[in-house]
Amino acid sequence: MALHSTDIARFSWGALRGYPARTLLMLLAMAIGVGAVVILTALGDGARRYVLDEFAGLGTNLVIIFPGRSETTGIDPSAMMGETTRDLTLDDAKALLRSARVKRIAPINVGQVEVSHGSRSREVVVLGSNDDLLGIRHWQMGQGKFLPKMDIGRAASLVVIGKTIRDELFGAERALGEWIRLGDRRFRVIGVMGSEGRSIGVDVQETVIIPVASAQQMFNTSSLFRILVEAKNREAIEPVKQMVIDVLQKRHQGEKDVTVVTQDAVLSTFDDILGALTYAVSGIAAISLAVAGILIMNVMLVAISERTAEIGLLKALGASRGQILRLILAEATLLSALGGLCGLGLGQLGCWIIRQAFPVLPAYAPTWVIVSVFALALFTGLLFSLLPARHAARLDPVLALSGR
Amino acid sequence: MIELVNIHRDFRVGDQTVHALDDVTLTIQAGEYVSIMGPSGSGKSTLLNLLGLLDRPTAGTYHLNGQDVTSLDDLQQARVRNREIGFVFQMFHLVPRLTAAENIALPLLLAGVPAEQRIPRVEKVLEELNIADRGHHKPDQLSGGQRQRVAIARATVTEPEVLLADEPTGNLDHRSGQDVVRILEGLNKRGITLIMVTHDPEMGQRARRQLHMMDGQLAIDNGSA
Repeated sequence: MALHSTDIARFSWGALRGYPARTLLMLLAMAIGVGAVVILTALGDGARRYVLDEFAGLGTNLVIIFPGRSETTGIDPSAMMGETTRDLTLDDAKALLRSARVKRIAPINVGQVEVSHGSRSREVVVLGSNDDLLGIRHWQMGQGKFLPKMDIGRAASLVVIGKTIRDELFGAERALGEWIRLGDRRFRVIGVMGSEGRSIGVDVQETVIIPVASAQQMFNTSSLFRILVEAKNREAIEPVKQMVIDVLQKRHQGEKDVTVVTQDAVLSTFDDILGALTYAVSGIAAISLAVAGILIMNVMLVAISERTAEIGLLKALGASRGQILRLILAEATLLSALGGLCGLGLGQLGCWIIRQAFPVLPAYAPTWVIVSVFALALFTGLLFSLLPARHAARLDPVLALSGR
Repeated sequence: MIELVNIHRDFRVGDQTVHALDDVTLTIQAGEYVSIMGPSGSGKSTLLNLLGLLDRPTAGTYHLNGQDVTSLDDLQQARVRNREIGFVFQMFHLVPRLTAAENIALPLLLAGVPAEQRIPRVEKVLEELNIADRGHHKPDQLSGGQRQRVAIARATVTEPEVLLADEPTGNLDHRSGQDVVRILEGLNKRGITLIMVTHDPEMGQRARRQLHMMDGQLAIDNGSA
């Protein structure tokens, strides 16, 4: 005596349609539960991606080289001061560029100097670097061009200025092609930074950028403040870091006198924190699924006591306990599946509304969430209908049929 | 053939034990027409439920066609109910959301008969009971008499050997009641064992064999075979 699955499905569907108010109520509960999980996960994941994107603004796959060692291992007093016996030089930077895993390299020098144009002047942070800095930092140009591609050992009287500097020195006048004075040297303005160029720690709009060799001349030094190395991809970060350490140690007569930091470490920490946050939020949302499950259980119990006579009748007509169990579970599964689908629709709609309201937030629910929340909805529906189904299967047909 | 030997059925009500059936021994041959009468609480419905495997005796044995059905498990009992026993109830017990034809097909559906084989069998019983034009109606669109006909069609669609009727005319007017009884008797003439519980003496007199229950015991059995 095997019920055909099409018969089960049709019978359950009929039972659901026979009581539209109750069915709608349970669908709503399930849909809200599923929708809440989808929306909250999308929010959490969106926030995570937003922060990661912000960090990517600092540069991706970045290996940063500082002169000096961060840990004091030797007895050399200068090492204990965090200083190094040997500076980072432009030749160091050139040596690193030879690796195939390195995509770009930007040596950086920093100093402060007075900038002036006509009668206006102010103190300004000068960044000495090369053409690769723009790409490494994901900066955008406002006007003109960034530093041209040229040998990093060559000085040139070219400058790219931040927007604030441009506004303060030139006001409404045209800046491109004009000459400004940095300290006692004259530089021609070839570009203005775009307004988005703000990254953590440095306000690009308050700086001017000149070729690194010119900066070294200006500050009368041969050392560098940082070298930024961009690896070809994520997998190349660790090999590049090792390569940097090896090459510089060789060049510095076996001294490990540089500190190499990968941005990856920082990034993955944030990734972990925000990922955990997303899990937590989805976990909280999943509670609403459990609530939906309990509601389904209660409504199913009521439904069964209302349908006692029907269940008794089915028994009299030859339904075994197993068959009753399967019919009720099929009904719950059908309900959960429909409610789950409605919930996914609701969730996607919610995500869409959030994206319309906050365009910076990439609020998309990850695919694995959509799949697992649907599976969870089915599981919840099934789990919480087990009790009512068993209750129905054990109903005494005599009492059921005489229940007038 | 139905053979009940020393059947007891006790219920506990509070701290008292009620003997709904008290040592009932009864044999009913295939094809008999039996009415069970008696005041309410006399145990006649309990007896009918027991005969229909809806209830289990506290003690005693029940053989249906030579098979001891008291020792069967739930699944096997369900199978026996499905194939060998038809029920007709006072309250009709039709599923309101299903059409007459779907209600009639329910026992076949539960037996796992494929849909295409169900249709001709349902049509056949609809024809026999003169309600072929009501197949697509829902129960609430049918009169009481028509509903009971649908119920009888459902009880007989599996061609059972025993038809158990619990006050089948109790909810019908006199004419419809007469009508239903004639249908049941017609089925009996074609070989089905008809066992009918009624408190209506006029209805009960029509049966060839009448059982009177009193306090859980068979008080009168006027047609002992």
